[in-house]
Amino acid sequence: MGKIKVIVMKSSDNVCTVVESIEAGSVIAVQDKGEQISITVSERIPFGHKFAIRPIQHGDSIIKYGEVIGVATREIAPGQHVHVHNLESRRGRGDK
Amino acid sequence: MIRFKGYRRPDGATGIRNHVLVIPSVVCANRVARGIAQQVSGATWIEHQHGCAQLGADAELTAQVLIAHGTHPNVFGAVVVGLGCETNRAQDIAAAIQAKCPYKSVSLVIIQDEGGSVKATAAGVTAARQMVTEASCQEREFVDASALILGTECGGSDACSGISANPALGAASDMLIDAGGSVILAETTELIGAEHLVAARAVSESVARRCYEAIERCEASATAMKVDMRGGQPTPGNIEGGLSSIEEKSLGCIYKAGTRPLQDVIEYAAPVTKKGLVWMDTPGHDIEQITGMVAGGCQLVVFTTGRGTPCGSPIAPTIKVATNTAMFEKMNDNMDLNAGTIISGDESVDEVGIRIFQEMLEVASGKLSKAEALGFNDFAIKRIGPTM
Repeated sequence: MGKIKVIVMKSSDNVCTVVESIEAGSVIAVQDKGEQISITVSERIPFGHKFAIRPIQHGDSIIKYGEVIGVATREIAPGQHVHVHNLESRRGRGDK
Repeated sequence: MIRFKGYRRPDGATGIRNHVLVIPSVVCANRVARGIAQQVSGATWIEHQHGCAQLGADAELTAQVLIAHGTHPNVFGAVVVGLGCETNRAQDIAAAIQAKCPYKSVSLVIIQDEGGSVKATAAGVTAARQMVTEASCQEREFVDASALILGTECGGSDACSGISANPALGAASDMLIDAGGSVILAETTELIGAEHLVAARAVSESVARRCYEAIERCEASATAMKVDMRGGQPTPGNIEGGLSSIEEKSLGCIYKAGTRPLQDVIEYAAPVTKKGLVWMDTPGHDIEQITGMVAGGCQLVVFTTGRGTPCGSPIAPTIKVATNTAMFEKMNDNMDLNAGTIISGDESVDEVGIRIFQEMLEVASGKLSKAEALGFNDFAIKRIGPTM
């Protein structure tokens, strides 16, 4: 077992949090529902940021801690960075 | 029985410090208050921007918070400094502190009456000097841990906050509640998106309803500004640290409140009267939050941080817990404990929780936290009305 690089908080999550910066093209082992899967990370993910561990469609809920943390504003493939550029908050939106 | 060494007050309250506090009733008295405290070893002081041209409930809240700092069990005695013509009269603040705590030394200095700032400073120094000598004669005694009210806070959050430091603080919160103490969960803004999880732990339907009401008020005040709250909450630093939305920040935030039932939801700066977990409705602004919790009677604060912050209260020790080892090392001058060992797999959440709880008892018994040793006395009162 190598050093832990990502954490999936709950089994229903569709993103994981990286605990060590990951370079583009890295193949990362992720625990998903008790199984170890390999995901190729398509872009650099800084420490503390998230990438998708499952395909996420435009308009889908993004799940972390087993709860909704926002909505996808475009399609997100496994291994892609999930952050403010493709995740929109549903709360406190005075602009909408 | 879990005990620490504190100061027993005649009214049954327990202090963990024995400060002489210099309180300006108005912004115009800040310089004199600071001048007094800086000349007296063992005195501390508040600075704030308020106390004049305020109306109604807003003026009352400012007065309430200042009085609550004077009556706080961590305070031995207070020197209240006024200008003389302000809305928030120093005479009233001093009288209210004395009325609630007749056993405390309370002194009043009014700059216009003394004949200027130099004479007012001299009068305040004379009073404070006598108080610190009296305070130094008091001794600590063993007190049950149930006397403690802990304020929890996370500020400068990052994506590790919800994985390491907040769950560990949650374990420590549970330990204090099981020992009979009280824990404050606050920063309502940073519960948006997680309110259903907190409300589900409420002891009654009415407490659960008040959880949702607090969130609705907070979210409505954000949406009234006609912008996306992202940028203000989460902050640019939170976003840089990997937090993408207020929901994500909130869901990481609530771990610090542990797992015990929610006993009550109370207003900003209101006294904490219940044992167990209490939600105080405060802003997410770190300093307004600390100030509100301390006004509510919390004697110490545990503050988790991922980005790093040096801040502390003038009267309540603040223990900093780093969420990640890199920041713990980089900002070690300001960090008391490291929860980054959870991320690296070197310690469990419960192990770090035990370390936090032990540190709380040591700090309660007199050990200086880093924010105290470096003299941080940050103070900010929530405003609920316009400046006239």
